[in-house]
Amino acid sequence: MRINCPVCGERDRREFYYVGDAVALDRPDRDAGLDAWDSYVHLRDNPAGLTRDLWHHEAGCGAWLVVTRNTGTHAVSDVVLAREVVR
Amino acid sequence: MRLCQVETVPFTFDGVTYRGVVGETLAAALIANGVKMVARSFKYHRPRGVMGSGSEEPNALVTIGRGAAAEPNVRATVQEVYSGLEAFSQNAWPSLKTDVMAVNDLVSPFLGAGFYYKTFMWPKAFWEKVYEPVIRRAAGLGGLSGKADPETYEKAFAFCDVLVIGAGPAGLMAALVAGEAGADVILAEEDSALGGRLLAEVEDIDGLPAMRWVADVEARLQAMPNVRVMTRTAVTGAYDQGTFGAFERVDRAGLKACFWRIVAKRSVLCAGALERGIAFPNNDRPGVMMAGAVRAYANRWDVATGTRVAVFGNTGDVARTARDLTDAGIEVVTLIDAAAGEHVIGTKGRHGLTSITVDRNGVVEQIEVDCLAVTGGWNPTVHLTCHMNGRPVWDDAIASFVPTPGAVPDMVTAGACHGVFHTMGCLLDGAQIAEAVVKTLGLKAKPVVLPDADATPYVITPVWSVAGKGRKWIDYQNDVHVKDIELAARENFRSVEHMKRYTTQGMAPDQGKSSNVVALAVLADVTGRGIPETGTTTFRPPFVPVPIAAMGAGGAGMGFAPQRYTTSHAASAAVGAPMIEAGLWYRPSYFPAEGETNWRQSCDREVNMVREAVGVVDVSTLGKIDIQGPDAAALLDFVYSNTFSTLKVGRARYGLMLREDGHVLDDGTTARLGENHYVMTTTTAASGLVMRHLEFVLQVLRPDLDARVISVTEQWAQFGVAGPKSRELLNGLLDQGVDELPFMGCADVTVGGVRARLFRISFSGEMAFELAVPARFGADLYGALVDRAAALGGGPYGMEALNVLRIEKGFITHAEIHGRVTAFDIGLDRIVSLKKDCVGQAMSRRAGLLGGDRAQLVGLKPVGDVKQLSAGAHLFESDAEPVRVNGQGYITSVGFSPTLGVMLALGFLDRGRARHGEVIRMVDHMRGLDAQVEVCDPVFFDPEGGRVRG
Repeated sequence: MRINCPVCGERDRREFYYVGDAVALDRPDRDAGLDAWDSYVHLRDNPAGLTRDLWHHEAGCGAWLVVTRNTGTHAVSDVVLAREVVR
Repeated sequence: MRLCQVETVPFTFDGVTYRGVVGETLAAALIANGVKMVARSFKYHRPRGVMGSGSEEPNALVTIGRGAAAEPNVRATVQEVYSGLEAFSQNAWPSLKTDVMAVNDLVSPFLGAGFYYKTFMWPKAFWEKVYEPVIRRAAGLGGLSGKADPETYEKAFAFCDVLVIGAGPAGLMAALVAGEAGADVILAEEDSALGGRLLAEVEDIDGLPAMRWVADVEARLQAMPNVRVMTRTAVTGAYDQGTFGAFERVDRAGLKACFWRIVAKRSVLCAGALERGIAFPNNDRPGVMMAGAVRAYANRWDVATGTRVAVFGNTGDVARTARDLTDAGIEVVTLIDAAAGEHVIGTKGRHGLTSITVDRNGVVEQIEVDCLAVTGGWNPTVHLTCHMNGRPVWDDAIASFVPTPGAVPDMVTAGACHGVFHTMGCLLDGAQIAEAVVKTLGLKAKPVVLPDADATPYVITPVWSVAGKGRKWIDYQNDVHVKDIELAARENFRSVEHMKRYTTQGMAPDQGKSSNVVALAVLADVTGRGIPETGTTTFRPPFVPVPIAAMGAGGAGMGFAPQRYTTSHAASAAVGAPMIEAGLWYRPSYFPAEGETNWRQSCDREVNMVREAVGVVDVSTLGKIDIQGPDAAALLDFVYSNTFSTLKVGRARYGLMLREDGHVLDDGTTARLGENHYVMTTTTAASGLVMRHLEFVLQVLRPDLDARVISVTEQWAQFGVAGPKSRELLNGLLDQGVDELPFMGCADVTVGGVRARLFRISFSGEMAFELAVPARFGADLYGALVDRAAALGGGPYGMEALNVLRIEKGFITHAEIHGRVTAFDIGLDRIVSLKKDCVGQAMSRRAGLLGGDRAQLVGLKPVGDVKQLSAGAHLFESDAEPVRVNGQGYITSVGFSPTLGVMLALGFLDRGRARHGEVIRMVDHMRGLDAQVEVCDPVFFDPEGGRVRG
């Protein structure tokens, strides 16, 4: 598997650390209530199709990336800096 | 028998010396020496000979070499001969000719498909102890030596615009066109030579022998700097985003093999086709061979596979084989045209074919032959196109499967692997496909003049299995015959995937390369469904077996993980300190002094030394993260549960970090070096984790913060100096006095003019300092510290003493903060500040993580006869039965305290903080310990903390 890091270019997936769903970007307010926090920390969809994952270019530039890929075909359709997404 | 005079070298097979030609396959050499029987089959131990001439070979698996270097299950059709080669047959005892397990063949009526499942059902307890060991001993091919592999393997990456897989006529043409268009090309060929089927056939290209054309193309390819030709390299798998696995047999002194990961923008699969057999009675005797292999041995290796050869098949290859053999001077006894209803219905010869029985539309005769060349047609080598879920489709014209276009992104197929079965077509196909491929890369192909080549159309009358009595073998490697498949269908294992698993068809190392299509045709016949409806099983990587040693090259022994050494490593090793692993680091366990015979003596002495004088310990392995920027304080307030923005410059503070789910992530001290400059300390184990976490917070959760973080663990060597004489040690060593530095203070100092950082922090409960210098001065500083310590009655101490010192003080490590504990559990929930937001704060307030019956950190000491405590032991009420449901907690750390003269433990106990003074029971079922222990405060020593303040 290859990931096209916006900073470093296309690299083998072994350079990256996989974290999980990009829902981690949408951190609730601290007083949003336990349901919102439970959903943020624990609940994940398991789609057959497009998914947005967080990957860390740990053995490269250190950037956190949002990778959009298809769980059915493994095609990677988009890679952007997480910093750009949350801005 | 050899067809011409050649220079030979000696090699051995089962201890007998033969002579072979360097570079020819072991199979060719064995055939040339008249060795017909080379193996025993997997299940029935039937005598088997060489069937094929490539990596698809089902029978001729041998062990190469002996002792630790022995390599089992090597295909004799791939192994190249060299002087001194030692090969051994497998799966036979006491010898290949006299194999006692051949008795299996006599009882074969009872050993059909599903035999294991039906026979070994009961008694249930027998499976593990009786049946499985017996079955495992009886079955199997080559064995591993059980010794470490002394060979060297490599793994490597390669990159290209166009990967061409296979160097037959289509692949050579594709590589040539792509290379001349200027693309970066890798041409990977499994064989030792380029040419594909042209190596094995007698054909002309442009009026000259085809191999002249191959040599010409090879020279042109080698002359192009943008083309890399890789022979002996089998592409083993197609993976995501144009990544391919490839296995290169190097077999040079010093390097056995290389596992490649090739990344290609485009790929052209020119993998050719594999010949299939026909299922007829006793079609597995040594001497029954694939017709294409018989031609390969005659045409390529100048070896005759027999003296009286018959040819049986259903395509034009029957005539072609007869022509080539006759031209080579080999007697062709008879042709059996399956397309005209002529069949071989029986064979004879125990260790080698002696005769065949032929039925020509009712006329039956027995013919003496020593070799039967069989062809049932050709199957395109579609395997790689199926590695990413692609399913091949049935093509009636060639009676076989062809790849589905686009099954692997950016891969196209050319030549025989998509059903083009003559040389002219392959050349044209390769050129046209490559032209289209380079165009997608923005390159323009140069005009190609196609050479003139054979264009005889491929005509096939499908014949899968013939009538007749006796077992008709399909999968030779797993001993599956027609009746097994019929039985599977009768017992309702009608889906091709079920049939495969019930019969083990195609599940041997060759993955049914030469047998799968015949097997599913037989299944289709039995079930009355067509072949397209029956479908195929799934082809998975690797295409050929890849040794784990190659995939994991570099990872054996100490290559398994990187080793990190501190600057004091050499000094510690020099005085005989045993090293223990801490993450990737190596740290001294203890420093044996003269006369000490076990670690406890050293550890006790080192603990007393720190409590009474002074000790020196290397703490460089702790993670150090430099944090700078106007919002550095705000970042720390967000990642730590307590507050750091209020910390004064020149001071350090203990910090507790939570995960977002409210559990403890890590702890450590962080010092404020300047208004916008902090240095954070993490535990050794979690340094990488914390660094990643800080990056996540900065980039994702709080991109508004203007701060930067960088790991400086490697840049600073840091030493703890602990004990009542620590001040005395440092005064005189540093260029400044240390008396003014308060507890939890930090200061920039110099040591002999070298810039250093001094922290007054303690992990031992004694007055203590940590002194950090740029790593290049670490070794010198350590030497100076140890010398000065010795002069004061102290010395170095290791991890064992460090652990005892911290247990005496109730300080936690990752033994306690193991991922399931909360700030509440360790008694620190009061430091989780609610005045600000921080990671984990919201979830840490969940009812279930606070109060209630949660297990809380306690100290434990033995009060009964049993004085031994153990980490991992469980805690029970004193009169409770020690079973799981009565468990009330567990022990996380233990150590013998020389200070208190007793073993101490830290652990977690339900409602523990309210139970100080209670006597409970500690049971370790693993070590057979059962002790009465008293619950107490986790701080066993100097609870007021007077010593640390001095």
